[in-house]
Amino acid sequence: MGPGGAVIELRGVSKRYGATLALDRLDLEVQPGEVFGLLGANGAGKTSAVKIILGLAAATGGAGTLLGRALGDPEARRRVGYLPELFRYPGWLTACEVLGLHARLAGVSEDQRPGEIASSLATAGLEQRADGRVASFSKGMQQRLGLAVALIGSPALVILDEPSTALDPLGRHELRGTIRGLRERGTTVLLNSHQLSELEQVCDRVAIIDRGRVLASGALAEMLRPGGIRLRLVGLTAQGRALLEAAGPVEADGAWLLVAGVGEDAVPGLVAALAADGTRVYGVELLQPSLEERFRELLGTPH
Amino acid sequence: MRREVGLIATLTLREAARRRLLPALAGLSLVAVLLTAWGYAQLPHLGANSRQPLTGDQIRTLASQLLILVMFMFSFLLALAAVFAAAPSVAGELESGEALVVVARPIRRRSIILGKWLALAAVVVVYAVVATACEFVAVGLATGFVPPHPVEAALFLAAVGIVILTITIALSTRLPTMTTGIIAMLLFGLAWLGGVVGGIGSAFGDPITAQVATVSRLLLPTDGLWRGAIYSLEPPSVLVGGAVAGPQLAAFPFFAAAPPPLVYLLWCAAWVAVVLVVALLSFERRDL
Repeated sequence: MGPGGAVIELRGVSKRYGATLALDRLDLEVQPGEVFGLLGANGAGKTSAVKIILGLAAATGGAGTLLGRALGDPEARRRVGYLPELFRYPGWLTACEVLGLHARLAGVSEDQRPGEIASSLATAGLEQRADGRVASFSKGMQQRLGLAVALIGSPALVILDEPSTALDPLGRHELRGTIRGLRERGTTVLLNSHQLSELEQVCDRVAIIDRGRVLASGALAEMLRPGGIRLRLVGLTAQGRALLEAAGPVEADGAWLLVAGVGEDAVPGLVAALAADGTRVYGVELLQPSLEERFRELLGTPH
Repeated sequence: MRREVGLIATLTLREAARRRLLPALAGLSLVAVLLTAWGYAQLPHLGANSRQPLTGDQIRTLASQLLILVMFMFSFLLALAAVFAAAPSVAGELESGEALVVVARPIRRRSIILGKWLALAAVVVVYAVVATACEFVAVGLATGFVPPHPVEAALFLAAVGIVILTITIALSTRLPTMTTGIIAMLLFGLAWLGGVVGGIGSAFGDPITAQVATVSRLLLPTDGLWRGAIYSLEPPSVLVGGAVAGPQLAAFPFFAAAPPPLVYLLWCAAWVAVVLVVALLSFERRDL
């Protein structure tokens, strides 16, 4: 672990590819046992950050640690599983042989290998294709195999870079279950994705990255600001409008009014106060909080 | 580190076998040996119907020259196999992304390159030794010609393969598969051509042109080592004839008047070691 017990710690890490600055003094901290989401548009620097964490690319500035060791130290990767965005496994090997190879590379002892391989295959839903050549696998099955490879050797940290790009809806559902299972076992997960819904459903904390910098990071609950409410009111008095404005910014939306920033807990009290003031409340809709809203807000893109 | 290198070397050998590189090489070479054996067997009958049938010495001399040509074909096949096996093994895996998950394991990058080099070098040596042994047996049975230095000839051929393998691996740590393959084969051809041009320079007493061979053999020692293979295959009668013919024979690309000196062999060994270290460092420092 890092000095502060962090599984991953990046301090002012920069990465330049020629004239392109992929990472610009990036700070990141992932704590043990959490599912941490890296969120960003394509080209934001997510994969560059992952590659630097894994020692696949060298940082041009800054420093960091992985499981308490300096970035680039092969020993730091002994308890790390990785599913890359560009996943590809030798087509001439069977799924079982690929896992056997990675079990050896990860330093899994010979007596533990069969159990590890069987368990990884089961988690990835590939038991029936254990002896199938990878060349015969569909893209989705290869991504499942990639997940099994990432899980071999009971890693302390699993890094999943866009792990569901080739999965069907059922596969995505199973992947979420797998990630939750990892968290229950105390495994740290770094999930790198541009699919906001995926991160919303499984992450404890997220960091939003743009142009190689962290724009915002924190617990998911903090990041998901209350979305607000939509109200259909008749006979809104000045007093009633003041009540709404006290709750949050008010905006007209046709026959409805949007009150931003109002959480679920505040709704009954607000409705009761409006009714007591004489305003007739014909409809109330709770707007679901969304990471997408926050993401767009931070990136300054229109809704 | 030894365990890591062994693991990658075993994997590379399994890949070569399962992707049918080894069976293809063996099958193709067997066909070549059988065809050339038939050709050697025709030599004793060449002058049978004429007034002056070929003597045994003439047949063996002729067989030695044909054997040198056949071995040249084997050296080309060996270089081609080394390039086509090594370039995808490194550059291909980097391009496809296959290498990412392996490098992300607790393994030193140098172990990956070293493991691949060792496995492919073993294939090159075994192929060179087996193919030349089969060819020597064929020519011996058909004509009675036994190369004066058969072991050296096989080793020189293997060394040609190792040199081209090493430069291919070094190039493939930075360049795409296709570019690596083309450059490596081009260098192999240029080195041979450099030797030929230098030989012509020697034959005509032009020291500057003659230096072309020296420079090319220092930069890429494939042709220098190939000359060692030629010398190992030449019977004494050819060497005596060459001495009588004088320096003009240096222009003939399939004749070597002397073996490569020991200092040159040491240079070749150092060349392989340095290029391999460059390959290891290049791969270690590369962003994936």
